[in-house]
Amino acid sequence: MDLKSRFILNFVQDERWRYLVNGLKVTLIVAFFAALVGVVLGFLLAVIRSTHDKQGNVKILNVIAQIYITVIRGTPVVVQLLIIYYVIFASVNINKVIVAILAFGLNSSAYVAEIFRSGIMSIDEGQFEAGRSLGFNYVQTMRYIILPQAFKNVLPALGNEFIVLLKETSVSGYIAMEDLTKGGDIIRSRTYDAFMPLIVVAIIYLVMVLIFSKLVTMLERRLRNSDH
Amino acid sequence: MTTDKDIIIKVENLHKSFGELKVLRGIDQEIERGEVVVVVGPSGSGKSTFLRALNMLEPPTEGKIIFEGTDLTDKGTDINLHRQKIGMVFQHFNLFPHKTILENITIAPIKILKQSKEAAEKKGMDLLKRIGLEEKADSYPSQLSGGQKQRIAIVRALAMDPDVMLFDEPTSALDPEMVGEVLEIMKKLAKQGMTMIVVTHEMGFAKEVAHRVLFVDEGVVKEENTPEEFFERPRDPRLQDFLSKVL
Repeated sequence: MDLKSRFILNFVQDERWRYLVNGLKVTLIVAFFAALVGVVLGFLLAVIRSTHDKQGNVKILNVIAQIYITVIRGTPVVVQLLIIYYVIFASVNINKVIVAILAFGLNSSAYVAEIFRSGIMSIDEGQFEAGRSLGFNYVQTMRYIILPQAFKNVLPALGNEFIVLLKETSVSGYIAMEDLTKGGDIIRSRTYDAFMPLIVVAIIYLVMVLIFSKLVTMLERRLRNSDH
Repeated sequence: MTTDKDIIIKVENLHKSFGELKVLRGIDQEIERGEVVVVVGPSGSGKSTFLRALNMLEPPTEGKIIFEGTDLTDKGTDINLHRQKIGMVFQHFNLFPHKTILENITIAPIKILKQSKEAAEKKGMDLLKRIGLEEKADSYPSQLSGGQKQRIAIVRALAMDPDVMLFDEPTSALDPEMVGEVLEIMKKLAKQGMTMIVVTHEMGFAKEVAHRVLFVDEGVVKEENTPEEFFERPRDPRLQDFLSKVL
């Protein structure tokens, strides 16, 4: 069979392209909202951890944050996904997309937390002291002086984390969620042609990653312009 | 001594330890309003720690810091409120690299004193004009020389209308040719009657500007005197030794 007819078989016939388009939508939704959960929660964890490092207070919260980060980073994301779906929500009829957002978001938050924390700790102590000496309280110093600089420093790492997250959502098939990867796999099981659908799926991921990397680079450059 | 001395900072029995290391071992001082006090001493003597204790950047392990009648070491004191009145200039400037020069100067008046942006910027520009750096308003700190950065740092502190200014080795990180421009501003400030406590190695500045010079060594004030007496007739052997090395 030539390439053209294989293409028609895999994507055109029976409107099989819909598996990819619908799967792509699901992948993007999961990645986007999981990133949101990851950044918000990761940011909170990082603030707790670095406040503890700097001030020595919030001991209990810090211990909780530390345990959380250790457990999340120490176990595979697939296992976390399965636990959330089959254990935590075992008796509840819940949308798989929400389960996936939760699982990947919680997973990502542990990594984002460490990224933010290292960004905060990388800012020279003198910046903190200058802020405090002017009369800013701890929160204001963080908000106006430390975090804007930290965010700029961690932007490449955050972008990288989002790329990892985007690709990691491809294991959603474990809970039978029809994301992009699963879509390609369904086509494969219908047409008995592995090459075509899987390569196309790979290309779609690659293109998404390239576009996103480009966006991050542009944002970095814009932020750097204000800093010289 | 008259009884109507206006004491702005009173330090009582100040101790500071870092773990086992005792850096300050009991300092008592009274700083009068309008006074320029220069603190000298060998490195590791505790003079910077003393200065940083005055605005609680280094909370004392023991003793009291009474600023304008309020004990800053009291847990119930809102330290942020009082820090607004205590300007500080650091050895390494610590300008905010993500803000323009004007923003560096106006951020605290706008965010803390709730001044309008216009009012804060007008005042910021006035201050910049006074030090001849108004054309740098929209530059970023990384575009300035060390001397310019330190002058901006002084102005940033002044923008809060402090009652006292603390200088922590303000010229130690500067290239020699830039020391003069920073000292010049500090001298002007002293002439205008600003209360200043200056930790420095610039003995010339101490001789010329100080009302009183403190010699801090081994965590205590070993000697204090007017600059004339301090430099001409030092009594403490450690001070004599110190002066013979730095003069």
